Amino acid sequence: MISPKAIRTWAWVHKWSSLVCTVFMLLLCLTGLPLIFHHEINHLLGTDVEAPAVPAGTPMADLDRVMATAKARNPSLGGMFVSREPDDDRVWYVTMSPTPTSTSGLKQVAVDARTAAPLAEPSLDSGFMYVMYSLHIDLFAGLPGTLFLGLMGILLVVATVSGVVLYAPFMRKLGFGDVRRERSTRIKWLDLHNLLGIVTLVWVFVVGATGVINTWADLVVKYWQNDQMAEMIAPYKGLPPPATHGSLQKAVTAALALEPHMKLGFIAFPGTSFSSPHHYTVFMRGNTPFTSKLFKPVLVDSQTGQITDSREPPWYLTGLLLSQPLHFGDYGGRPMQILWAVLDVLTIIVLGSGLYLWLKRRNPVVQRDLTEPERLAEAPAGANP
Amino acid sequence: MKSGLWTWPIVLGVLTTVGLMSALLGDGVWDALSWVTLGVPVVVCLWYGWLRREKPAA
Repeated sequence: MISPKAIRTWAWVHKWSSLVCTVFMLLLCLTGLPLIFHHEINHLLGTDVEAPAVPAGTPMADLDRVMATAKARNPSLGGMFVSREPDDDRVWYVTMSPTPTSTSGLKQVAVDARTAAPLAEPSLDSGFMYVMYSLHIDLFAGLPGTLFLGLMGILLVVATVSGVVLYAPFMRKLGFGDVRRERSTRIKWLDLHNLLGIVTLVWVFVVGATGVINTWADLVVKYWQNDQMAEMIAPYKGLPPPATHGSLQKAVTAALALEPHMKLGFIAFPGTSFSSPHHYTVFMRGNTPFTSKLFKPVLVDSQTGQITDSREPPWYLTGLLLSQPLHFGDYGGRPMQILWAVLDVLTIIVLGSGLYLWLKRRNPVVQRDLTEPERLAEAPAGANP
Repeated sequence: MKSGLWTWPIVLGVLTTVGLMSALLGDGVWDALSWVTLGVPVVVCLWYGWLRREKPAA
């Protein structure tokens, strides 16, 4: 049995970890809601890219033609990434930038993968989803904003764990799911807070913890560059970066020949944070539900089109890649998206009721209604109950 | 302490874990398993939180 002193300590941890992060968690839950349905919302807003029907058996266009199409639209910019949706190989999304490591001035061109015709130029820095995305990812503050939200996420995890510890003393005299509606409004919301909190516990913990891991993505990729990538490109050490690059199609063909049982995920251009100055890095994904979430990099010399190296991603990159679907809820079809949304709303209710319980904490009428552990938890740490 | 205080939280936690994992490991029936196992905690929240209206046994 947990001692009164321990209850007070845990209550203090729960109160302060929650209070500091709640406003940000409410923001993340609210902005995360539309992000769960970003495909559907983009479709409704008409900002998604529709591939036109082409005669069956139309071959895929040469990727160098695809690049030429994108380049014609943005003559002053260079290639950064080429990607496609996992479930749609009819459209290439070419991201272009002033320099390979630019973080602003980026443009995207959607190109038909069969005809190399330009389809659209999706905006990367305006619109409703961009605002939702930025508020959710970095509060419009870049890496510091992302890391700050990660810190708030750690506090959420602390609040979740301390909340579990407090569940037992609060539920001592109650059955599972009991909500005392006949008592005060505060008691009713205390019971609801405890009920919804304990039932959504594992989901909140997993989505919170994987969200924290995602905030470290830039740092993890940077570490990978200095670790495995540095080993793979060791033969190029000291060589000046080439001024021009060779055929992209040749590089992709070489990667596909190396991994015939894998699918193309995305391509990073030379000089970007996912590649080296001398290589196109072709990221291949597996063809099972599980391995399709993982990427294996294939480094192809951008001049010769020859493969330099390809290694299984290290554990920390695998961890980062697996934490993405577990945070996004995008790996189980529409029903999972809906469950994700409902669990998100239930989390908003847990956060909101927690805030409400704190705001109403000093009401003397309410104090009278408290059970013993509740009074212990309410009292300031160190004070006698 | 009321006996079995942790029974339902543990059952629901295990169900959630199975639901989060299964859709990651496979499609089809694995997706369906995840919808059911993640659906249970959602239904439990809605039932005890709002739908059940009789007085709880104290």
